[in-house]
Amino acid sequence: MNLEFSPEEVAFRAEVRAFIEENYPEELKGVGSREDLSRDEFLAWHKVLGKKGWAAPAWPEKYGGTGWTSTQRYIWSEENARVDAMMPLPFGVSMVGPVIYTFGNEEQKARYLPKILSGEEWWCQGYSEPGAGSDLASLKTTAVRDGDHYVINGQKTWTTLAQHADWGFFLCRTDPNAAKPQEGISFILVDMNTPGIEVRPIITIDGGHEVNEVWLTDVRVPVENRVGEENQGWTYAKFLLAHERSGIAGVARSKRGIERLRNIASTEVLDGEPLIKDDSFARKISQLEIDLTALEFTELRTLARESAGKGPGPESSILKVKGTEIQQRLTELTLEAVGTYGAPYVRGLPDDGSNEFPIGPDYAHYAAPTYFNFRKTSIYGGSNEIQRNIITKMILGL
Amino acid sequence: MDFNFTEEQTMIRDSLARLIREQYDFDTRMGVVKSDSGWRPEMWAQFAELGLLMAPFSEDDGGLGGGPIDAMVVMEEFGKGLVVEPFIPSVVCAGGFLKHAGSAAQKEEHLQAIMGGASTFAFAYAEPRGRYNLADLETTAKKEGSGYVLNGHKAVVIGAPWADKLIVTARTGGDRRDEGGVSVFIVDKGADGVTTRDYPTVDGRRASEVYLENVSVGADALIGGEGEALPLIEQVVDEAIAATCAEAVGAMGVAHQMTVEYSRQRKQFGTPIGKFQVLQHRMVDMFMEHEQSISMTYMATLKLGEDPVERKKAVSAAKVRIGQSGRFVGQESIQIHGGMGMTEELAVGHYFKRLTMIDSEFGNVDHHMRRYTALSATDLKAAAE
Repeated sequence: MNLEFSPEEVAFRAEVRAFIEENYPEELKGVGSREDLSRDEFLAWHKVLGKKGWAAPAWPEKYGGTGWTSTQRYIWSEENARVDAMMPLPFGVSMVGPVIYTFGNEEQKARYLPKILSGEEWWCQGYSEPGAGSDLASLKTTAVRDGDHYVINGQKTWTTLAQHADWGFFLCRTDPNAAKPQEGISFILVDMNTPGIEVRPIITIDGGHEVNEVWLTDVRVPVENRVGEENQGWTYAKFLLAHERSGIAGVARSKRGIERLRNIASTEVLDGEPLIKDDSFARKISQLEIDLTALEFTELRTLARESAGKGPGPESSILKVKGTEIQQRLTELTLEAVGTYGAPYVRGLPDDGSNEFPIGPDYAHYAAPTYFNFRKTSIYGGSNEIQRNIITKMILGL
Repeated sequence: MDFNFTEEQTMIRDSLARLIREQYDFDTRMGVVKSDSGWRPEMWAQFAELGLLMAPFSEDDGGLGGGPIDAMVVMEEFGKGLVVEPFIPSVVCAGGFLKHAGSAAQKEEHLQAIMGGASTFAFAYAEPRGRYNLADLETTAKKEGSGYVLNGHKAVVIGAPWADKLIVTARTGGDRRDEGGVSVFIVDKGADGVTTRDYPTVDGRRASEVYLENVSVGADALIGGEGEALPLIEQVVDEAIAATCAEAVGAMGVAHQMTVEYSRQRKQFGTPIGKFQVLQHRMVDMFMEHEQSISMTYMATLKLGEDPVERKKAVSAAKVRIGQSGRFVGQESIQIHGGMGMTEELAVGHYFKRLTMIDSEFGNVDHHMRRYTALSATDLKAAAE
């Protein structure tokens, strides 16, 4: 047991750090985890990484992965967090990509994987429905066979960034008479430009447009767009969720967030002294950092198990629960730290011709919207209560 | 980066686990705890035979070439079995002082005896009015001739009733809480002027109040430099904390398992209570606390060799987390066991009691939160300059 990095790993860190410094788009520095970026901004770093062959480090090498060890991937995420890099979005790289290379046929792999890696095609996730949230298996969207096509009807919701998407992966009911709700679901890839698809924005409490409703009316999709077996989609959906969870801890990003919080608390003033000198506030930061350390080493242990050949298992539920709790507390403390300048609403500014944002310090502008927005993290990806149900069943065996 | 145990460490774990399973079951343990002596010297001899007591020492010192990770492995198993014998006081603390700063003669005389099990030590560092500040000492050691004369009162010295020797911290100079002027001595418990009041602790161990009245020791009793021992004491106590965290991890794991098992058996409203989601989620929270405690124990143990600031931050972070997790797991274990959890008859209450006391050993959550926060401020200042 040791925490040392090998000389190769030290060299690797230097290499990726230099690459990031030279290639990370200047205009994206400091955007952090904001969601109101343009399509090009979202994709700028992804496209650089696609060219370099680093867009999906976790994929098997033969599909375009980097072949890095789990330690190298950990170093990679740390180095990206140092500059608050806008990483490739998860929908292609972490979600549908692994499903396609694991369960798809050769044509599908050749057709879809390269464009996920290059950032050329943007994916969205058609899982949740108005009546199917945590109880995902109760979904009602149907796909009915008509010759060489499925005809899809229904409504999806909470579809993140679907306004930019070229493709979507949809869970549809293909056998309405199946004995259990989990049976009779298929995993279908849908071109978002197909007639009959309508994307309607949902504005969330932070004022942003991040999620959407997707309405599907007689959408005709070739049968060859189905991944894996008909009616076996639930298996692929669960596989995808386990992959989604393992990347969800966000340790490196939260570390960077605590650093930023410390800087804010060193600038803000309380009774003539930096806020960071206030004992009760300083201890809140300490507690958060200590809990993040616990999460970090839990993730490192999980990575070590994975590199020993075991895929992400139910343990990844811990990372999801604790990772999102910490992200939320971080946004909460950041909002606390900025004090009253959390109030001015950055998206509600009257257009007075000024291109500056004159109200309050820079670091305060997004504190409240980010805090509001991050309430989503304990809800998405299988709510934290669902994660506890998974651990109950898979680990405690109750 | 590597989280695997060596073959030797796995062997230590397996043989110790077997020994505890065969000779340290709960009823046997309770018999020992209630006996006159409160421990089993013959069990200590078996630990010595297994090589546990020499596992964390270098081969140069006559040990098996291990280190803090070996101590972690031992203490996790001790925690699972609620073992009362004094591995931390004698091996981790006294052995630690000798390992880091003992002279060749001191190692020859004392370390060999510790590793062989012939001698057991207790670590007399706490005082009635010092709380968790290792430098807040009223005990004094005055130079007299070539030796020293010690006076003072040491509080709750764990394992002292079983020990033949004590490691005593005392002031050779400076004011009451000064960093300088702190020294460490080896004191024979049978020496003139040493008296003890022995008593059981609430978690099944034995301790003493130790009174030192004009106790004369020779120059060879001093470990390390006179008046310069605080950094050494902090290092050894940090090692003891890491080992204590491992013990807590062992105890938490068992308390959690017992609770899950009980929830499978116990029926109310016609169904096992483990089917109730409100209890399931609490047991999941216990599981997550336990997992994170394992992570923190690894982290702290692996950072014991870092520079003092890094080491102290790591150890304090672990002790904070383990204090909080231990309290949570302990309390939930009792709650989910219901009335049965309140009975002395069931083992779970004894795990709860041990977990409770671990928080107050070597500094509680508040103490280590304060230390961590102060060190973070130092970091920030250094970064700014």
